[in-house]
Formats: sequence, structure tokens, C-alpha cells
Amino acid sequence: MGPQPTAERVIEIRSSEGLHMRPAMRFVQRASSFASSVSLIKGDLTVDGKSIMQVTMLAATKGTQIRLCTKGPDAVEAADVLAELLAHETSETPTN
Amino acid sequence: MNLCEFMVPEAFVPHLEGTKRDDIIRELVNGLAQAGAIKTENIEDIILRLIDREKQGSTGIGKGIAVPHIKHPSVARIVGTIGCSRAGVDFASLDKAPVFSVLLLLSPPDNPDRHLEAMESLFGHLQRDMFRKFLRQADSRETLVDLIQEADESNSSPRKK
Repeated sequence: MGPQPTAERVIEIRSSEGLHMRPAMRFVQRASSFASSVSLIKGDLTVDGKSIMQVTMLAATKGTQIRLCTKGPDAVEAADVLAELLAHETSETPTN
Repeated sequence: MNLCEFMVPEAFVPHLEGTKRDDIIRELVNGLAQAGAIKTENIEDIILRLIDREKQGSTGIGKGIAVPHIKHPSVARIVGTIGCSRAGVDFASLDKAPVFSVLLLLSPPDNPDRHLEAMESLFGHLQRDMFRKFLRQADSRETLVDLIQEADESNSSPRKK
């Protein structure tokens, strides 16, 4: 067995509300549907993208750069889908 | 952020009487009003919005924990409270399991960063098995206050400024 595929994307949080719980929940639910492991990294903090407790702990405010790292058989697809979801969920439109 | 910066110990409910989500929310909001953390005239609107928020997506995050929260214009600073249920409450949680510890948070609408900091601090502790275990076992206001204080103390050294 060769090494597992990996993929990485960088997303900037653009909404003033930041990555709050509802978008975080949607992210976690989608992340959990992939076989690959999903990590989110903010500064020196790395969290499991499939755990709502950990993702909420990121407290990513507007302007924060988040690195999304995936590893596993569907790493590239997961990175593409999840990066788009995260960007969409935290885009400028306010969702209070 | 430390938990004691927003938690209102006088509002804690170590023995929740309600057995339904909406009743629990009401008990906790009433507690905050009795503690003077919110104004009585806003109770009904706050309850309504919290329930509405739950309907949009449960804040039951699994492992016996729910974190109902909203931003409300009447709130000048973040306030939070804790309720414990022996029987367990159906919060339509992610893991479908009953909720034993409810941590309710109200934030002013104009400071989303501060709201996220409070959530970060809360979830940082909720991640820890021991914190959840003690939370679930707490049977008095004093025990809850001790738990919050110890959590803040354990947090004072590493990584956080």
C-alpha cells in the first residue's frame, strides 16, 4: 500500500459573524461523510474537522485564514467540496 | 476568555425540573432574569428566539451536551448559565442521545468576535471528558461554580493569552 493521498486548501473567513456554530455544524456533517481525515488549522491550533466541539473551538473570526488538510482515499474530492462549503458558509452575506 | 467572565453563577440551575427542551430553555432564561443578568421584560422574546434557533438546527452537539445560544439586542454583554438534568432531555441532538448538561449563552449582536471567543472557551472545556463528567455529576450550584473556577485556572497557563 502506497502513502495515502493528501490535499490542502486555504480559506479565508469573510463573514463578520465568523465561523459560528451553524456553519460549523454543516461543515462537520459534510466532513463526516468522507472517508478521509479532515483537519482544520488556525495558527498553531489543529482540530478534527469531523468534531463539532473542536471546530467550534477554532473561533475563527472574520479575516482568519484557515488551512484545510485532508488525508485518505478521497482526500482531493473532500478538500474541494469542503473548501467550497466553508467558503460559501462564511461568505460575506450575514446569517444571524 | 475565562468562563467566569460571562457565566452567571446565581443563574445556574443544578436540578432542572423540565423534561422538554422548551421548558428547560425557559427555566434557564428565568434563572438569568432572577439573577439580574437580563431584564424581565425581555424574557419571552429571548425564549422565543432561542427556541426558534433550535428549530433551525439543534445545538445538541452530542455527548450529553447542548449549547443553546443567540445574539439578542437587549443584551449588553455576554451572559451564560448552566443547567443540569438528571433524567436527560431530548434536544434532537446530533447523536440522538439525551442531553444532561445545558449551557445557555446570550450575546450582544454587535460583537461577533467576542461571541466566538466565548464559544471557543466553552468548547475548549467541553471537549475534555473530565469536564463533561463533572458537569454531569454536579448536583449543587457550588459544585458548578467550583468546576468553572477550576476550568479557568487550568486554562490560565497554556497557549491562551
